[in-house]
Amino acid sequence: MMRKQQTFSRGLSDKVRKSKAAPEIQKNPFEVKINRKKFDVLGRKSKHDVGLPGVSRSRAIQKRKDTLLKEFRLKDKNNTFIDRRFGEYDSKLTPEEKILQRFTLERQRTQDRKDMYNLNEEEELTHYGQSLAEMEKMTDVIDSDSDSEEKGLLSAELTATHFGGGGGLLRKKSAGDDEEEEHKPRSRQELIEELIIKSKQEKRERQTQKEEAQELTEKLDQEWKSIQNLLAHKTPKAERTDETDKPKLDQYDMMVRELGFEMKAQPSEKLKSAEELAREERQRLQTLEADRLKRMMGDAEEDAVQTNTHISADDMNDGFILDGDDRKTLAYKDGKWNIEGEEEEKEDEDDDEEGEDDDEDDADEDHCDLQSDEGSEDEDGQGAEEEQVCAEEPPAVSEEQKKAAQEAAKAELPYTFPAPESYSDLKQLLQGHGSEQQRLILDRTLKCNHPSLSAGNKAKLQKLFGFLLEYVGDLATQNPPDLRTVSALIPQICGLCQMFPEAACKAVQTLLSDSGHSMEETLEVKGRAPMPDLDMLVLLKITALLFPSSDFRHPVTTPAFLFLSQALTRCAVVSLEDVCKGLVLCCLALEYVSLSQRIFPELLNFLLGLLHLTVSDKHNMGYTVVSPFRRQGKSCDLLVLKDPNVSHSWNRKPISLQTAHRLPAQSPVERDHYRLSLIDSCLDLVKRCTWLYKDLPSYAHIFQPIRALLLKHLPVEGYPAPIQDLHREILDAIPEKPSQHAPLVFKKKKPIPLKLFTPKIVQILDYGKKRGNTKEEKERERLKHKYKREFKGALREIRKDTRFLAREKLSDVMSRDAERKRKVKELYGSLATQEGEWKALKRKNRK
Amino acid sequence: MAPSTDSNVKDENSQVSYKKDINTKTGRILQNKKHSNDIFDVIEYLQSEKDKEIIFATNACKRVFCQLFYRGDLYVGDLPQEEELMSGDRSAEEKYRIFMRHRYNNCVELLLENMGHEAFQVKEASLCALMKFVEAEGKHPLQNLDLIEHYIFPRELLRTLVEHLLSTEEDMSLLISRFQEFLEMDDVRYYVMSSVRDNIYRVMGRNKKAVIPVYQNNVYTLLSNINVPSQGSKIKHFLVKQAYRPEEWKAGKLKEHKRAFEQMWLLFLKFKLPSSMYKKILVILHESIMPQMSDPTLLIDFLSAAYDIGGAISLLALNGLFILIHKHNLDYPDFYKKLYSLLDPSIFHVKYRARFFHLVNIFLSSTHLPAYLVAAFVKRFARLSLTAPPTALLILLPFICNLIRRHPSCRVLIHRPSAAEEPCDDPYVMEEEDPAQCHALESSLWEIKTLQKHYHPDVAKAAMKINEPLTEQEEEISEVLELSTFELMERDLKAERKTIPLEFDTATELLKSPREVLGVHFSLE
Repeated sequence: MMRKQQTFSRGLSDKVRKSKAAPEIQKNPFEVKINRKKFDVLGRKSKHDVGLPGVSRSRAIQKRKDTLLKEFRLKDKNNTFIDRRFGEYDSKLTPEEKILQRFTLERQRTQDRKDMYNLNEEEELTHYGQSLAEMEKMTDVIDSDSDSEEKGLLSAELTATHFGGGGGLLRKKSAGDDEEEEHKPRSRQELIEELIIKSKQEKRERQTQKEEAQELTEKLDQEWKSIQNLLAHKTPKAERTDETDKPKLDQYDMMVRELGFEMKAQPSEKLKSAEELAREERQRLQTLEADRLKRMMGDAEEDAVQTNTHISADDMNDGFILDGDDRKTLAYKDGKWNIEGEEEEKEDEDDDEEGEDDDEDDADEDHCDLQSDEGSEDEDGQGAEEEQVCAEEPPAVSEEQKKAAQEAAKAELPYTFPAPESYSDLKQLLQGHGSEQQRLILDRTLKCNHPSLSAGNKAKLQKLFGFLLEYVGDLATQNPPDLRTVSALIPQICGLCQMFPEAACKAVQTLLSDSGHSMEETLEVKGRAPMPDLDMLVLLKITALLFPSSDFRHPVTTPAFLFLSQALTRCAVVSLEDVCKGLVLCCLALEYVSLSQRIFPELLNFLLGLLHLTVSDKHNMGYTVVSPFRRQGKSCDLLVLKDPNVSHSWNRKPISLQTAHRLPAQSPVERDHYRLSLIDSCLDLVKRCTWLYKDLPSYAHIFQPIRALLLKHLPVEGYPAPIQDLHREILDAIPEKPSQHAPLVFKKKKPIPLKLFTPKIVQILDYGKKRGNTKEEKERERLKHKYKREFKGALREIRKDTRFLAREKLSDVMSRDAERKRKVKELYGSLATQEGEWKALKRKNRK
Repeated sequence: MAPSTDSNVKDENSQVSYKKDINTKTGRILQNKKHSNDIFDVIEYLQSEKDKEIIFATNACKRVFCQLFYRGDLYVGDLPQEEELMSGDRSAEEKYRIFMRHRYNNCVELLLENMGHEAFQVKEASLCALMKFVEAEGKHPLQNLDLIEHYIFPRELLRTLVEHLLSTEEDMSLLISRFQEFLEMDDVRYYVMSSVRDNIYRVMGRNKKAVIPVYQNNVYTLLSNINVPSQGSKIKHFLVKQAYRPEEWKAGKLKEHKRAFEQMWLLFLKFKLPSSMYKKILVILHESIMPQMSDPTLLIDFLSAAYDIGGAISLLALNGLFILIHKHNLDYPDFYKKLYSLLDPSIFHVKYRARFFHLVNIFLSSTHLPAYLVAAFVKRFARLSLTAPPTALLILLPFICNLIRRHPSCRVLIHRPSAAEEPCDDPYVMEEEDPAQCHALESSLWEIKTLQKHYHPDVAKAAMKINEPLTEQEEEISEVLELSTFELMERDLKAERKTIPLEFDTATELLKSPREVLGVHFSLE
């Protein structure tokens, strides 16, 4: 205890020693005041544990004496300087504004000058009531600082006051010390004369220097004027008009400003080499792919949340993120790529367009060839290129050729199309043209109505997307389906979709929803629904082309998945067309999951059901087929071959999609070939599925029914060799015994760290304890606190000041009184002595 | 009284004026007994080829005979043969009454025949007329009632009516639903029930227990329309009022009603039924049949037979069985074993999926079930989930999780830290019928792990839950039970999305994409 106190006191004394006050005071224990602490907080440094009240008080008094007292003494006794410059104390004005306003004020003042022809001088400057201009006449160049000396107005009196060092004092003293004064004036006068001579010399030197400089500037001005016309293209006339507007604007200033504002040459972006382009393209695709994978995992949203909540230890909470999540997302803004790959994309598009243009040119040329030489008579006159091409040819025309040309011109497509306002408009626009022409029409429509050309185009094109989908649906359902045209229109549909993702999403969603709803209704009424038509299949395919099916959740593809699922489980398979449609659905389903490798149980069920259709003997099955297939019954042997010998004449070729719409009447052999093609596709799909799902833990269990069917029931002997190969491959791919897996365990949780005695980090505020929650609130509280303290401090200071002043006043009064008392005493004293002397004299006289 | 000849003449304009003709003739019949021969003409119209004529004539007959009933102009007692009529010494009045009674019988026969007519209006009119006759006969009985205890009701007429109603050739469901109106009458219902019973017994017995779908369908329609009132005090709507001791009349007692109802159904269910009929009956069994029976446990034979059939029928039979077990203390041996064997891939595709899962949820809700049994169910459900559509999976996955929550000893299915990292075969035997022998407790739910890669985000998320220790709170599955695919689809269609990601490879052709499958197998041409 004792030791502690000792150390404490030693520390204290150290502190005291360090302070500025004189060492003897510091050492004096009576001067030191120690502030008692309630709690000793480790590590906290306190400034105020030790004080020297005496020292600080005397310092404060001294300070007051220096400032307050002086002010008090001088109160009502001296002048003040008031600055009346414009806006000097206006804190709202920025310095630039201030300068500008002062400038304009000055201009205004000079505006109403009296002397019209005095171009140079706008203001009469005076000095001591005399015009400076007049003075100028006497001396060529005037130096403003030297004019007082120049005039020789220097008087002894003045110098005495200026150089004598406090004239007031001198005069006061003059009464007392007359003798000294007589010595001094002489030496001073000499000194002053010396000074004057010196300064005059200096002045002259300066004057000559200035003259030289002036000459030089004049010369420069003249030279400048001579080349000024060369530099500026503006005619003097224009300048003159300028002058009339703003007569006082200096030309030179204007020039300077002009030069300042002149556009600097921007460094142009260098052309990218092919390699760089390729690299950038690759990078773009990589980022897009990474983004797609992220969405596939479905953790994009969660990530976003995490970045919001997690705060790094180094985070200063100032909103600055060192490596922010600046991955480019696949997004479009106003129909354009929102990423850096934009330009390439555009270029590509341009290329395409160019290619198309080339095509057009070719076509035009073809036309010209056909129409030989009639080009100049092209009455409709669309297409400058065409005219150009054709104009070169000799204008030897017969009447027949003219007519032919007119007809051809009529058949020619116009180059501009209005955007269709309704579905029937679109149909009218496109009907009766070939698929390539339809594509061309659409392409031109899109170009003519690009959103950048007019405000209303955006809405028009958004509607056009819906119409196009409808049109595609119509094309797919007509008899026979016109799928070539559908395929030709795909680029335009894609383009539109990229321009307006929201509108495209809405349109596809509506179609899916309508179709799904009608299917649901039929199911409720009839218990089973027919297979979706070709238009729906095409729509599902287009959906896969437009939207990423690999996303964990997507507003379009997720419902599309469900639609596929519904179609594969609830739609009855009663004919070969249905089988074909089912197979198309399976292909689509497989396409949808091929990237994400997601499991699609309905797909496998359906494939099993399809293969079940090939089995003629439906007994002793080692598997169960589920809806929409039945174990046995009507239309359960749709794929059973009628003639076992057809397999020799079968060869593998793609099935026509049109057969899904309606199977043409065929001979039994052709039908069997068709069946074999379907079986072949079906087996191939199974094979693809085995590739896709081979990493799943339940791979063997999923494929167990298919394996059982293929191994024991499929009449593979009757099939051609390619199918037999396929069959063997699949059986090889599916293991007989399920693979081994480790038992499931929960994911290892991150261990919750033990509670440690780490320092709790608390933000230390300037004033007081922590208050408020938000940043603004805290700041407010801090300021409030600070204000309070400052206010208190100020009050205290003011009180001290008044006390000090009162004390001073009192002491003044006291000293005055004492003086008076002394004087009265003196007087009394002198009177007493006088009286005494007088009395003594009187006594003397009496004697 | 020979049939008059002039009435058989049908001139051309009778088609137009048949109404007038019938009206005048009925008027004449009722006015004067002299013109009673005109009744032949009216009855003749019942066999007409025109539907409208038949209907009109039916109504006319109804009017005439009701009037005659009222007047007492129909012969009461055992009816002598018409041929004997001339020979017997009877008064003219009596002869007239016998004659009219014979005409009445003819008319009833024709009306019964007309119940098999193609046109529904005709059927309906005939039915209404016959029911009117039933009512009239009830008031003015045609039999001599010597026995005082005998309550008056035209059982015979109703029996033949029911017989025609339950046709073996024709679907009479529309007419039966029209007949429902009369079944509101308590006495009619009671006697219909007993006549149906007789009818079933006779018809099915004749057919040697083979299935007669049309007949059984008619019977089913009629039976499902019969509802016994819940309280005895509600039995007071009678077609025929009994004057003598109505409180002892069987048709006025709830107990008798219930008994008749029960006997009727039991007899109907005793015979072999077509499978669609099983489903129909089982669907309504627990709601509208069992509560109205005096002793529902008698249904056990039917229910266990249905339960043994398999497939959807078994699923439906569960409901009835459940009520018997739950409310009537029925002991059903190997109930869970059978339930276990019911589980096959088809349960996810049947219409009654929601009901089935609701019941299974109740059956497996007991925490006293042995762990091996619950584990077997869980594992089997998991295995089956590999073939289930998303709507079923959204029921199944929370259901499995709930089972594991209820039975903590089954947690090893998703968490077996003792043998972690050691790959092993799945010890579960899918083919084993006995849940005790299938080694489910030694297995793990790799199937759910597989479903974490399911294409539907909600399913995948539900499957993800097994990655971490399950929460205490059970998930409510009742709200997803009735979820349809379209509703699921709408969830995503209606959700607000800010950005819509697009495919970044712009396609140029329909069958050309980076992962083309369709284009490999199909061509545009």
